[in-house]
Amino acid sequence: MSAIAFPAPDNTIIVRRDEIIAGLARLVEPECLVTGDDEMRPFETDALTAYRRMPLAVVLPRSTQEVSAVLRYCHDAGVNVIPRGAGTSLAGGAIPQEDAVVIGISKLNKVLDFNIANRTITVEAGITNLAVSAAVAPEGFFYAPDPSSQLACTIGGNIGMNSGGAHCLKYGVTSNNVLGVKVVLIDGTIIDLGGDAMDVPGLNLLGLMIGSEGQLGIVTEAILRIIPTAEGARPVLFGFDSSEDAGACVAAIIAAGIVPVAMEFMDKPAIEICEAFAKAGYPLDVEAMLIIEVEGSEAEIDASLARIVAIARQHGVRVVKESKSAIETAQIWKGRKSAFGATGRVADYICMDGTIPTGQLPYVLKRMSEIVAGYGLRVANVFHAGDGNLHPLILFNANDPTEQAKAESAGNDILKLCVEVGGCLTGEHGVGIEKRDLMGVQFNAADLNQQLRVRAAFDADWRLNPAKVFPLEGRTS
Amino acid sequence: MNAPAAPQSEDELAALIDKAVSDRAPLSIVGGRTRGSIGGRGNGAPLSTRALTGITLYEPAEMVISARAGTPLAEIESALATKGQMLPFEPMDHRALLGTTGTPTIGAIAAGNISGPRRVSIGAARDHLIGVRLVNGYGDIIKSGGRVMKNVTGLDLVKLSAGAFGTLGVLTEVTFKVLPRPETAMTLSLDGLSAQNAVSAMAEALATPFEISAAAHVSANASAPSLTFLRLEGFSESCTYRAERLSKHLDNFGTLRLLEIDEGTALWQRIRDAEDFAGSDFATVLRVHVAPSKAGAIVDIAHANKASIMLDWGGGLIWLGLAQGADASETIQRISEAGGHPMIVKSAVVTLPVLTPASPAIAALARKVKHAFDPHGIFNPGLLAGHI
Ligand SMILES: Cc1cc2nc3c(=O)[nH]c(=O)nc-3n(C[C@H](O)[C@H](O)[C@H](O)COP(=O)(O)OP(=O)(O)OC[C@H]3O[C@@H](n4cnc5c(N)ncnc54)[C@H](O)[C@@H]3O)c2cc1C
Repeated sequence: MSAIAFPAPDNTIIVRRDEIIAGLARLVEPECLVTGDDEMRPFETDALTAYRRMPLAVVLPRSTQEVSAVLRYCHDAGVNVIPRGAGTSLAGGAIPQEDAVVIGISKLNKVLDFNIANRTITVEAGITNLAVSAAVAPEGFFYAPDPSSQLACTIGGNIGMNSGGAHCLKYGVTSNNVLGVKVVLIDGTIIDLGGDAMDVPGLNLLGLMIGSEGQLGIVTEAILRIIPTAEGARPVLFGFDSSEDAGACVAAIIAAGIVPVAMEFMDKPAIEICEAFAKAGYPLDVEAMLIIEVEGSEAEIDASLARIVAIARQHGVRVVKESKSAIETAQIWKGRKSAFGATGRVADYICMDGTIPTGQLPYVLKRMSEIVAGYGLRVANVFHAGDGNLHPLILFNANDPTEQAKAESAGNDILKLCVEVGGCLTGEHGVGIEKRDLMGVQFNAADLNQQLRVRAAFDADWRLNPAKVFPLEGRTS
Repeated sequence: MNAPAAPQSEDELAALIDKAVSDRAPLSIVGGRTRGSIGGRGNGAPLSTRALTGITLYEPAEMVISARAGTPLAEIESALATKGQMLPFEPMDHRALLGTTGTPTIGAIAAGNISGPRRVSIGAARDHLIGVRLVNGYGDIIKSGGRVMKNVTGLDLVKLSAGAFGTLGVLTEVTFKVLPRPETAMTLSLDGLSAQNAVSAMAEALATPFEISAAAHVSANASAPSLTFLRLEGFSESCTYRAERLSKHLDNFGTLRLLEIDEGTALWQRIRDAEDFAGSDFATVLRVHVAPSKAGAIVDIAHANKASIMLDWGGGLIWLGLAQGADASETIQRISEAGGHPMIVKSAVVTLPVLTPASPAIAALARKVKHAFDPHGIFNPGLLAGHI
């Protein structure tokens, strides 16, 4: 049985469904209102597919004004709202409820302005992450945060979760790459936070909005910082006999004053799964592998790599394999970026997302295998090694209900371990419903109450994404 | 004036705040007292973080440092230097400009979101602030973020605290992400460009893949022609290569001249600290944040008011010095109309608001957020006026 509780749906809302749908129908075109069971099915869950709930209705507005009208309506009618991008959240952040209206931003997908002098692009929030980079690529730019789901996920969702990706070590996560947002508050008020300047005076509500998981308002537009594409980039595979050696190598590279664009770790099970899927040329006879990417001209790349390889040799690297072509580079990254999908082909899995201080890596890797083995399950590890953001994939069989419960318990134990060693519950996927009830492990009551009061400053009635992020227990309204 | 209260520990501070809350007695939080009136002119009994000092964690291999709020910046920087690292955002030192004494503290740098020339390439202080502890207006000790770079657990009160100028609570401990100090830095100069052309040249340079770490323009004055500076940082072979490529790229703007390393170091400190605006020549000094595409309009306004200017962040930050007798309030209004965000850093006229007010909707929201931390308005009344 599913372990994560949902609050009981409010029947007084459900009985008013026809009236609410009629109210919404007055605000948007018919093709922007989805109410049939079959049509609403895709909105029933996100990438945390073990949990699903049919919403009351789905609205897909075509403008900020429409988002505002719909929010004001829901606010006045006392109806809960679930903001939704592409629904790729791994934390259940976009999962609806029977008494809630989903507001999806997928029709808001235009580029509004591309300003080379400012190195910014202004987009509607429903545009996909990859489409942003594609729009600026002809002028030699890219948008840096690159979640593996970038083909599907939206900028609005990235802002909701403060998403990261493999290249964040050098370029930062979403919050480091957003200059401004247009937000619709729950009562329909439209505000612009941040702007086209590099920092604007006043409280940093922009920073607060990023990573707020649809709790504070709906983002409809964003001004994003774009970055000139490097002259070249080359990933290199480093194979090690132990995870400890790989971890020590990562620390030594940073200590030597080198911050590569990306440093990604995979353990043996992950290497095998990804190699079988992507045929990327990963070494199969090693216990751990790093993908390290450096950028610049050919000569700069050669020079940086020479330094990195020398350090890796001191840490017992056994295989060093440079990408020799653009095709090989694409394959190396395809293997890494399809890690979750490839794992899904061999087993059911849940993907965890804790962060730890990198110095704790050897200890945490060892403890994680013990934890998972203790539940009689297996784990494959991929993670962003430079910043300690772990993604253990716990493999299980979804047809066996006891296995799902065990996998979830093992996941919870791992996240508690992350906090125990000085890290956190989530590095980039968000809290959603998944980690909601673990928040007390990382925060005490005073910490949580402060966050709740800030939340209430935006949405005193808990209309926005109500069952998420904060433990259900101890809520005041 | 009495010496400010200077609690020795977080608990002592929390007790002091508890008392201030029950007495409804406003507090004016001070670090090293080098800030002058940036962010606004506060009133309240002074409360100093001076006695909350010490680096509490430094892990070079994890690129992270934590320190109590009153720790002098100099102590942080020298600890980092021993491991070849640095605070990436190059915080400004206000002492030369404002003629203040005292010691800049790390907590105030977080609270003021104080960044320098490298802001344009790697981000602001707030981009590197990853954890805070603070005492709020309930007397509660609150933590947010932590010591790891990737952390999206709960609402991001860390980013909210950065630049809040202590209006939400007293920061007691801050954690920053740091970076390796570049092996070398190379400064290149384009001589004699107008400010308008300098903005274009800097924009072109910043749009290349050659990783410009800073781009600034110092306007002509009686004793010197105008100079536009670009900085490259990294391994020396790489800097040399990028300088060559950049020269070709920018040849329509003139010839790039290479500065001596020491000259470059001194220059970027002078730009970072806005040293040219120190002294009594300027009755008012403004700091304007603006999109570089609108920098030209701000430059025109400055010229029309006979202001001296300096551009940093590729035109995203413009310093204006107004002489005695210039109409500062009219200049400020025109800058706001042109899309700039002016802030008074120094002024002879204390009645001028330090910041241009936010829109009513944003101010209303910000006030609710302030209330969520500080329901009795204990912290730094007067700061961020017009915004909270
Ligand atoms: C295969 C796979 C790989 C992934 N890889 C990564 C990765 O590398 N890095 C990473 O960080 N994440 C990754 N994710 C997780 C996920 O893709 C990100 O969290 C993504 O940002 C979600 O975007 P979305 O558009 O799908 O948002 P949704 O899932 O629809 O929503 C995400 C959250 O944001 C809120 N929200 C959505 N739109 C708005 C809006 N306009 N305004 C306010 N709130 C809003 C929602 O309520 C929800 O809480 C991966 C997911 C999958 C399935």
